[in-house]
Amino acid sequence: MASLTNDDPRIIEFDVRTDEMLVNMGPQHPSTHGVLRLVLRTDGEVVSELEPHIGYLHRCAEKIGENLTARQWIPYTDRMDYLAAMNMNLGWALVVEKLMRHEVSEKARHLRVLIAELGRISSHLVGMGAYGLDLGTFSPFLYAFREREKILDLFEETCGARLTYSYITVGGLTADLPPGWLEKCEAFLDQFEPVIQEYHTLLTTNAIFVKRTAAIGVLSPEMAIDYGCSGPVLRGSGVDQDLRRDGESIYTSMYDGYAFEVAVQKDGRYPRDHIYPAVPTEAVLGDCWHRFFVRMLEVVQSMDLVRQAIDRYSACKGSIGEPLKLMEKIPVGDAYLETECPKGQMGFYLVGDGSPIPWRVRARSSSFSNLSVVHELCRGCLIADVPAIVGSLDIVMGEIDR
Amino acid sequence: MADFLIFTAGLPEWLAWSVTAGVAAFLVLNVIAGGALVFIWAERKIAARIQDRLGPTRTGGRFGWLQSLADGIKLLAKEDLMPAGADGMLFKLAPYVSFCASFCAFIALPFAFDFVGQRLNVGVFFVVAVLGLEVFGVILAGYASASKWSLFGAMREAAQVVSYEVPLGMCVVVPVMLAGSMDLVTIAEKQSGWLTNWYLFHDPFTFVIFWVYVTCAVASVNRAPFDLAEAESELVAGFHTEYSGLRWSFFFMAEYGSMFLVSALAAILFLGGWNGPIPLAALLGFSAGTGDTANYWVRLVGCGNLMGKATLGVLVMMWVRWTLPRLRIDQVMTTCLKYCTPIAALMFAGVMFWQLLLPGGLIRGLARPAGEIREGWLEGPGGRAATLRPLPLAAPAAPAPTPAQPLVSKPSLSWVQP
Repeated sequence: MASLTNDDPRIIEFDVRTDEMLVNMGPQHPSTHGVLRLVLRTDGEVVSELEPHIGYLHRCAEKIGENLTARQWIPYTDRMDYLAAMNMNLGWALVVEKLMRHEVSEKARHLRVLIAELGRISSHLVGMGAYGLDLGTFSPFLYAFREREKILDLFEETCGARLTYSYITVGGLTADLPPGWLEKCEAFLDQFEPVIQEYHTLLTTNAIFVKRTAAIGVLSPEMAIDYGCSGPVLRGSGVDQDLRRDGESIYTSMYDGYAFEVAVQKDGRYPRDHIYPAVPTEAVLGDCWHRFFVRMLEVVQSMDLVRQAIDRYSACKGSIGEPLKLMEKIPVGDAYLETECPKGQMGFYLVGDGSPIPWRVRARSSSFSNLSVVHELCRGCLIADVPAIVGSLDIVMGEIDR
Repeated sequence: MADFLIFTAGLPEWLAWSVTAGVAAFLVLNVIAGGALVFIWAERKIAARIQDRLGPTRTGGRFGWLQSLADGIKLLAKEDLMPAGADGMLFKLAPYVSFCASFCAFIALPFAFDFVGQRLNVGVFFVVAVLGLEVFGVILAGYASASKWSLFGAMREAAQVVSYEVPLGMCVVVPVMLAGSMDLVTIAEKQSGWLTNWYLFHDPFTFVIFWVYVTCAVASVNRAPFDLAEAESELVAGFHTEYSGLRWSFFFMAEYGSMFLVSALAAILFLGGWNGPIPLAALLGFSAGTGDTANYWVRLVGCGNLMGKATLGVLVMMWVRWTLPRLRIDQVMTTCLKYCTPIAALMFAGVMFWQLLLPGGLIRGLARPAGEIREGWLEGPGGRAATLRPLPLAAPAAPAPTPAQPLVSKPSLSWVQP
């Protein structure tokens, strides 16, 4: 019998491989968290290659910063991670203060902790709700937004805005808290605490949720460090790093005297794991489930910090002090500072030339580094896993594209 | 009705049957269209309540009950778009194929003892087979849309629906075996009486297989957590990504029609059909099938019973949809092939042996003394000889016995002297 050649029509019997298909997921796709474009090379349902394309939300924020004074640029930081604008304000304010060697008052310091941790809760609530949406369940999203609305109401009372606050500013905060605010905040925390159990029932321990997230998109600690991942993505891989404890002194001194445990798995256990649902047996350290769970733990951790901050703030006498003047001159020199934002380590770089306008402004985005591992995580996964993995990284395009 | 037209109004036979078919089709169409309106409104309200929202509150008064109608008008007025690369004819055909499949299955679905578009002696088979045709519309839509996301949705649907028909068929066969008939009317009539006569409570195996049926039914009508074909977070909108306006709404009418259909089928097969939990009519001295005015009302109440049970099933599907995340395609297939199919097969065998040993069901079977069971198993009149006989096509105790019925049980009129 003659051997078969490629021209032989019978060859089809031996070659059942199908063609690969190039699919664009985004920039107008419902689950890419903004305007991220993912180019997938798929063989049926299996993704063999994934490439993220970014830049659809680029607004030259850094260049604008080189034409405005340091305080004038605060509203532009709002629009980077618009889900945690308070933390962005704080990062920029701190780096300018670092260059100017300015120290804020004790009261302003505690108020900054209070506001930043509330911002962290609100950001993680969006991350959690949107993650449920990525996995096809709609209700947790609205449950998360219901609680987030209450935080936004509190923020609105402090500065009048609900999304882009510009509240924390260079040299302090734009205003002190209105009377009666702390009681409202405490009432919110008391009401919010039992709600977290609902989230655990709906998502964290839900059998289908565990099936969809456990052992999916496993990020090894080495790879996480190599790609410069940070925040819950890094801690979800079991790396014990949190700038609130390990950062530069100008940032960590803000948290002096505050008690908190970094939400990371050590020796197979999470801190205070007796009050949280157990880690499912299918879950592997560094998978989507662990990244999600770290965020949920940080919500509780931030609630503790807010409570501590309320106590310390109310113990302080006097005023929070005045923020720096709009046209305050920036000394010659440069400064770089990373802070622990909800999404990860957000860094700002600033070069001053003696005028009020910075000579150079740069930002280092945590979401950008976190997104850079996505092609490693998605190699060989199914199409349905792509939203699950991208969602677990919890990226914000405003921060990546700036 | 056909008889009435032929004998009283004196119409020719073909015209009488055509008119009857037209009226039945009109009524069934209204059940689907009206049902879709109500269910879409209900889904909005239920989803809203589950999610701490209000849902529609303005359209048509306090509860927004005209919302679906307003939506329908909006969809009618929308521009009917078709992608440039689409296969025009198939693209336009697809929604109607889907809708027709769902609609045709309703023809054989009885709503009460004689409230049925066309009583078929293979009703179960017909409904399941025709409902399976709905997948053609989805595949056509996905193929003709010239969109990769639509194609993904269509392929998922094809894989899923074809797989789930296997365990679904096995679940459906169990009540058929118990009733000894494929006629949906007969199956429901066999469950008349008290709640314990429902096939759900016939024996432990039927109880388990009912839940397998529920799982497979949800999967075969593409509802969450099995709504992979239109998974909005993965495939934009799946097979109907490129559809707009009225064509899009036809897919939804088909979806809600199918939801109602599988729920009604569950009610007939396992939950006693139009028989309430208490045999109220029998206690009051009525019996269905004799045809006077009082019995007409009994049937109307029965129709309400069945509608209520089916609506309850639809509501449960909505509840599940707004609670659970979506499964992945491989997990959906695992659920079908590794769990549903073997469990259904096992339960099928279990019911078979149960029928052999305790043919009357759990309650009646255990109420009999043990000796009688053994006697019946060996040589008793209703025992081995009866159970081992091949299943008759129509049950011997069918309320309207027409022996050796043709596929469509149109009564032969040749012996009638006008």
